[in-house]
Amino acid sequence: MSDVTTAPRAAPRAPAMAMRVKVALILFALFAVLPPVAVALGDPFMVLIATRILAYAIAAMALDLILGFGAMVSFGHAAYLGFGTYAVAILSSYGVNDLLLQMLGAVVVSAAFALVTGAISLRTRGVYFIMITLAFGQMAFFFFISLSAYGGDDGYGLSSRSTIFGSDVLENDMTLYYVTLGFLIALFAACHRIVGSRFGRVLTGIRENRERMEAVGFPPFRYQLTAFVISACITSLAGVLLANQAEFVSPAFMSWHRSGELIVMVVFGGIGTLTGAIGGAVVALLLEEWLGALTHHWPLLFGLILVLMVLFSPRGITGLLERTGLWRARK
Amino acid sequence: MTNLLVLQLLNGVQLGIILFLIAAGLTLVFGIMDVVNLAHGVLYMAGAYLMATFAAATGSFWWALLLVLPGAVVVGLLLEVVVIRRLYDRSHLDQVLATFGLVMMANETVKIIWGTSPLSVPMPDIFSGSVPLMGPLQYPVYRIAIIVAGLAVAGGLYLLVNHTRIGMLLRAGATNRAMVSALGVDIGKLFAIVFTLGAVLACFAGAIVAPILSVDTGMGESVLILTFVVVVIGGIGSIKGAFLGAVLVAVVDTLGGVFGPILLRSVLDASAAGQAGRTLAPMLVYILMAAILFAKPTGLFGGRG
Amino acid sequence: MTFKKKLLATTLLAGIAAPAMAQDVPPAAEDNVLKIGLIYTLSGPAAALGEQARNGFMLAADKMGKIGGMETEIIVVDDEQRPDLAADNARELVQREEVDFVVGPIFSNILVAIHQPVTETGTILISTNAGTSNFAGPDCNENFFVTSYQNDQNHEVMGAYAEQQGYQNVFLMAPNYQAGRDSLAGFKHSYTGNVAGEVFTELGQLDFSSELAQIAAFQPDALFTFMPGGMGVNLVKQYGQAGLTSIPFLSAFTVDETTLPATQDAALGLLGGANWAPDLDNAANEEFVTSYIEKYDHVPGTYAMQAYDAAQLINSAVEKVGGDLTDRDALRAALKEADFDSPRGDFEFGVNNYPVQDFYLVEAVKRDDGLYATSAKEKIFDDYVDNYADQCEMQ
Repeated sequence: MSDVTTAPRAAPRAPAMAMRVKVALILFALFAVLPPVAVALGDPFMVLIATRILAYAIAAMALDLILGFGAMVSFGHAAYLGFGTYAVAILSSYGVNDLLLQMLGAVVVSAAFALVTGAISLRTRGVYFIMITLAFGQMAFFFFISLSAYGGDDGYGLSSRSTIFGSDVLENDMTLYYVTLGFLIALFAACHRIVGSRFGRVLTGIRENRERMEAVGFPPFRYQLTAFVISACITSLAGVLLANQAEFVSPAFMSWHRSGELIVMVVFGGIGTLTGAIGGAVVALLLEEWLGALTHHWPLLFGLILVLMVLFSPRGITGLLERTGLWRARK
Repeated sequence: MTNLLVLQLLNGVQLGIILFLIAAGLTLVFGIMDVVNLAHGVLYMAGAYLMATFAAATGSFWWALLLVLPGAVVVGLLLEVVVIRRLYDRSHLDQVLATFGLVMMANETVKIIWGTSPLSVPMPDIFSGSVPLMGPLQYPVYRIAIIVAGLAVAGGLYLLVNHTRIGMLLRAGATNRAMVSALGVDIGKLFAIVFTLGAVLACFAGAIVAPILSVDTGMGESVLILTFVVVVIGGIGSIKGAFLGAVLVAVVDTLGGVFGPILLRSVLDASAAGQAGRTLAPMLVYILMAAILFAKPTGLFGGRG
Repeated sequence: MTFKKKLLATTLLAGIAAPAMAQDVPPAAEDNVLKIGLIYTLSGPAAALGEQARNGFMLAADKMGKIGGMETEIIVVDDEQRPDLAADNARELVQREEVDFVVGPIFSNILVAIHQPVTETGTILISTNAGTSNFAGPDCNENFFVTSYQNDQNHEVMGAYAEQQGYQNVFLMAPNYQAGRDSLAGFKHSYTGNVAGEVFTELGQLDFSSELAQIAAFQPDALFTFMPGGMGVNLVKQYGQAGLTSIPFLSAFTVDETTLPATQDAALGLLGGANWAPDLDNAANEEFVTSYIEKYDHVPGTYAMQAYDAAQLINSAVEKVGGDLTDRDALRAALKEADFDSPRGDFEFGVNNYPVQDFYLVEAVKRDDGLYATSAKEKIFDDYVDNYADQCEMQ
């Protein structure tokens, strides 16, 4: 069967790219002024919720890297989020509290898992790929469920946040927020570089026409697998930050619902744009909060919005913006 | 020990039958319509809730079971006409999103209608009790009935697929969709029939497990993922693959949980074996899947990639 | 709560999109008010447990009017049995509402999630049910008190009872999740005999016929099981139907006041381990049980009793410090004294702030008024200290 894993999206063109970077910069600037605003409003608690949103934004952006640019619908990405959170829990229980070392641990495990499962999953395409990544995600989920030493399904509370070069600055919510924001910006820059590089162009080339790329000497498998591993590693970094935000880890972070939510975030913002994924994470999580405040039965409304969005606006928020003319540079 | 093995083997087969009933519909929907349907587990859940409702209303297991079937047709058709039909020519990503949305909606709707407390369905009198098997070993009649009913449905499906005109179209559709539409068959109608058939099978599965499992909102999801594994192992579009895959997955899952620790005990000390066994057991199914896919990326009986 | 959440979402959105649009949030609560946040599971399959606990706490609070002589504000939050949500709720209670005490939860995984966010700010956390081993041992915390038990203890009671009865061959069964695995470990801690079989069932399983067939085949001296909620209701019913009543049925959290209304006669005579029973003979218990039944029309379970005690504990401590909540050391010392009359009789805190109390073998009975309840049959442990206390390095 043909290679129609995702709907084809136009390859990003230079002016559109520039526009998106501009929007991303505006978003980052708004993120940067949020804490003082929250303090001025007398509600510093807001910062903690915003930290979670930023962490998910990183994960969504990482997923967009393979979903949007590589046409790989990974339905098991929450597993990497989980590896990140458990890297914090497990390493800290052995006295390794340094944020960067924990990140290193998360990346190594995620890269290994992504390499093996990606290699198997990428032998297939389409429906198979979606279901196999989902199944591998569940496999990781069940592993941590039965890991009694770290609480099994009860989860594991962290006694403190990670340290940076021995200093416990992250105990301060503001610092954690800005560190998370720093990672978001740095990783956005990295993803932006990747997408714009030769590697990124090969990846989008494979998405558009696999056979042709193969014919001109770019083996799709190798490129896709590399992208898959990179994306997994970045997602696990989001997990490390998330564990610090929640000060608690549990297999719930890696359930298949979470994987679905990550995809929703990417699509909410419009796939294949990086910036969109960040905006999508913000919108999806705020929507969840907001609907949750409206009614106890918010999943009903959230699900309805999803279904309607797919049926009537297949291109997400960016699609809607395009229609209203607010995102004209994309054209 | 032998008793335990036989008992768990039977439990495995019984779970396999349930998985098959769900997977059969799913594999057809994937294979023929090329639709990723995460909401298939919802149909299983719907069957169980309908069963609980009808059983409470009529006071009879049999009337309830009889009423579930038309109920399933209604639910299936409704879902197909309102949402699924619009997803046929959409990307897999759109299908994932829309059906993920459906799962959220369905779970919440069930909570609104039936509340969050689990429901239960009384077992019919003639099936309660156990039959002696060998030695002191007994096995519940109801579970045997599930196995028999499932085998009967499997037989019926076999006849339907291999010896009827609709079955011919199904087989043709699973291998080459374009050819079927070229034959002048009303594809829309065929798809609606396939989806509804899948819905009825899943609802039936949900209805017959209701007396042995608690009927609650999460029930569709644990089964959905296992069903995916079954479909992938068996090969998308293959009923035969779904049957073998279901039994294989279920038996590995059931036996692994009990015998994994026992086997490991020969190499590790008892508590380490227990710990390792319980950690590994739930992963066995996925390791099996990975191994099979590594050897055959399209599953045991899958023709397409 | 809902309104607050809404406010949060909208202001956050405004904060990102257009800071100028955001409005002022009312200033934090003034002093001289005792603020208590309750976190319980009030929706989902286990809602009945959370409701009992909330009822128990409110019963005491209503009776006292002003807890510790202070104007009292109680905020009740539903954790939906979701740890991530509970952690956020706990933070909101502590940081935004600035409560003085957080009371709850029912489930261990929720406790694990809210412990750090609450205790790190110096706010007092009182668990009225969950008592995990880590917080009893190496991770004990001066701001954390438990009015229930250490999780393993009720299971240990049954292990000790099996040992005492001279059972040599016990069949163990629990659902395959963390609490189930801990339960069997707890039983084996005080039981040294042979294990006839150890079965982990699927969480949510309602049909136990194949397990019961296995038990019938093994003919063990006794069955020990941990089957909370609906699973326990079904197991109890099927145990009788399978004609296994000749094999003693030992359990924990399976036959109690939350399941007895459903199992009724089928559970009569079945045994459990507990730190209290409604018919313990003391004045405080008499008053608690009578007023609870009067107000809520059902027999209270341990969940209600332990939350009731949490309210009494806060009351006693706040009174002792004369309403001065700023001196945390004094407040903690006052709490540690546990100067109140618990319906369970003897009650004091161990070094780890977990209770040192008696444990009983309880049996399901039908009361004279036709209601079903557990009844204390025999005291198994006297002033029992949990196994982790010696790992706690707190003074």
